Amino acid sequence: MAKKTYEAGVKEYRETYWDPNYTPKDTDILACFKVTPQPGVPREEAAAAVAAESSTGTWTTVWTDLLTDLDYYKGRAYRIEDVPGDDECFYAFVAYPIDLFEEGSVVNVFTSLVGNVFGFKAIRALRLEDVRFPLAYVMTCNGPPHGIQVERDKLNKYGRPLLGCTIKPKLGLSAKNYGRAVYECLRGGLDFTKDDENVNSQPFMRWRERYDFVMEAILKAEQETGERKGHYLNVTAPTPDEMFKRAEYAKEIGAPIIMHDYLTGGFCANTGLAQWCRDNGVLLHIHRAMHAVLDRHPRHGIHFRVLAKALRLSGGDHLHTGTVVGKLEGDRQATLGWIDLIREKYIKEDRSRGIFFDQDWGHMPGVFAVASGGIHVWHMPVLLSIFGDDAVFQFGGGTLGHPWGNAAGAAANRVALEACVKARNEGRELEKEGGDILREAAKHSPELRMAMETWKEIKFEFETVDKLDVAHK
Amino acid sequence: MTTEMQDYKSSLSDPASRKLETFSYLPEMGMDEIRKQVEYIVSKGWNPAIEHVEPEHASDHYWYMWKLPMFGESDVDRILAEAEACHKEYPDHHVRLIGYDNYRQTQGTAMVIFRGVPKGA
Repeated sequence: MAKKTYEAGVKEYRETYWDPNYTPKDTDILACFKVTPQPGVPREEAAAAVAAESSTGTWTTVWTDLLTDLDYYKGRAYRIEDVPGDDECFYAFVAYPIDLFEEGSVVNVFTSLVGNVFGFKAIRALRLEDVRFPLAYVMTCNGPPHGIQVERDKLNKYGRPLLGCTIKPKLGLSAKNYGRAVYECLRGGLDFTKDDENVNSQPFMRWRERYDFVMEAILKAEQETGERKGHYLNVTAPTPDEMFKRAEYAKEIGAPIIMHDYLTGGFCANTGLAQWCRDNGVLLHIHRAMHAVLDRHPRHGIHFRVLAKALRLSGGDHLHTGTVVGKLEGDRQATLGWIDLIREKYIKEDRSRGIFFDQDWGHMPGVFAVASGGIHVWHMPVLLSIFGDDAVFQFGGGTLGHPWGNAAGAAANRVALEACVKARNEGRELEKEGGDILREAAKHSPELRMAMETWKEIKFEFETVDKLDVAHK
Repeated sequence: MTTEMQDYKSSLSDPASRKLETFSYLPEMGMDEIRKQVEYIVSKGWNPAIEHVEPEHASDHYWYMWKLPMFGESDVDRILAEAEACHKEYPDHHVRLIGYDNYRQTQGTAMVIFRGVPKGA
């Protein structure tokens, strides 16, 4: 049986971990890394090093390697591609056998894939561009506590995006004044209000008082409007015990939805909280503070599409995805890619959207895309065009900054949203006729008219085609 | 136009403050506008359905079904005729048009097309 013998020393990684003839299995976890090697390091060696360091390998041969079937357990670099528009980097594709990872553990997958390998000396920079989670692994994860359809059923909201607003100023309000701001937004027509991410439990507003006043605001707004309302009560906390304590209290007082920051809170806490939300019938809104630290640099870190997939596996019913509006070209296509990844059942490889692998989610529920930050009524047509119905549009300043107050600001946004949905259903082109659609709606809504005067009209002529990858010259 | 500060009129005691989800912040639709929404539902391949309820019970999940959902019905006139028949029989009730999406196991859309008369209004 034993054909191998032990030879101490350092071997080149590519002897063991570069396998261009390998055909990935349906059950393999596949990763695409953008590798920037140190000068003089061949691509195959750098790719093999990434595969080794993110799976079974260490820098030298050890005798215990021979006690296992390393050829089965090792990760393999199986393909190398040029990066369009960047000659110093290349894409390395690595396949990992599913046995390397604990079932249902986003924590374990990421500890391997983005662990020590990112500090490895032979590479100057490394970015995890995409990960294919095989259905066999997806099925071991709990995923979103409820998903889009269940949330719509619970809240009785169909055929349109939902509307939210982050309460400002983000820090410093007393709990009672904060509840007032919530009540005004909800009675004016919003579906949700939201704790700012850094509202946890500070001395000026401890969590329990905030929860109590906010819950009264929700109930009164529901009675007044006859519609179902919610406020994302942030349960992000210093420890898991404290997080669950706050979640339990939110459930006890009847809060329909709570909120967590999955990156600063961590995957372990998030996955546990998502399971708790499934068990307790509480919706879960997910904020992504710290994501830009990980995903912004084009050559190093973790692409947001990977963080988005991780959240779908770990669990959440809403996820912030960016707004597209006002950003640079390319973002639109990339954003369309990752909002598909969190909402759809099966997403095909599509390099024009930055998607490197087919991804099958089976029956794992989808996640609402949340567009938040710097948006106002004039953005409504293009937001609806980009995001479609399964999204939450959150206007913070765009609600609270209305000259007549939060309720009027909320009503303006609700009228604008419904006018755009109605026009879309009638077959009108939102991105061309957006201005007309809003002006027609404002004839029946002084609140919208005032909002449109307050914020500046934006242009609606978007380029229909723009590419994520800069073409290679 | 005036830019003077305006009060936002809405209260527990005023039944007119109750809203009805999608399109309830817009003026009530006329028949030609309702027709376009029916056409949208048909174009999506959704199954149209009609429901109605007394305005004071509008916040219940379950309204009264008007017959059964019209599975596979794509004749816009027939769908509109059912909606109008329901409205004629229950003129004081809210009447809701639904498009059931059986593939995604949800309502693709739902909207009140005839607004009822709340008690005390």
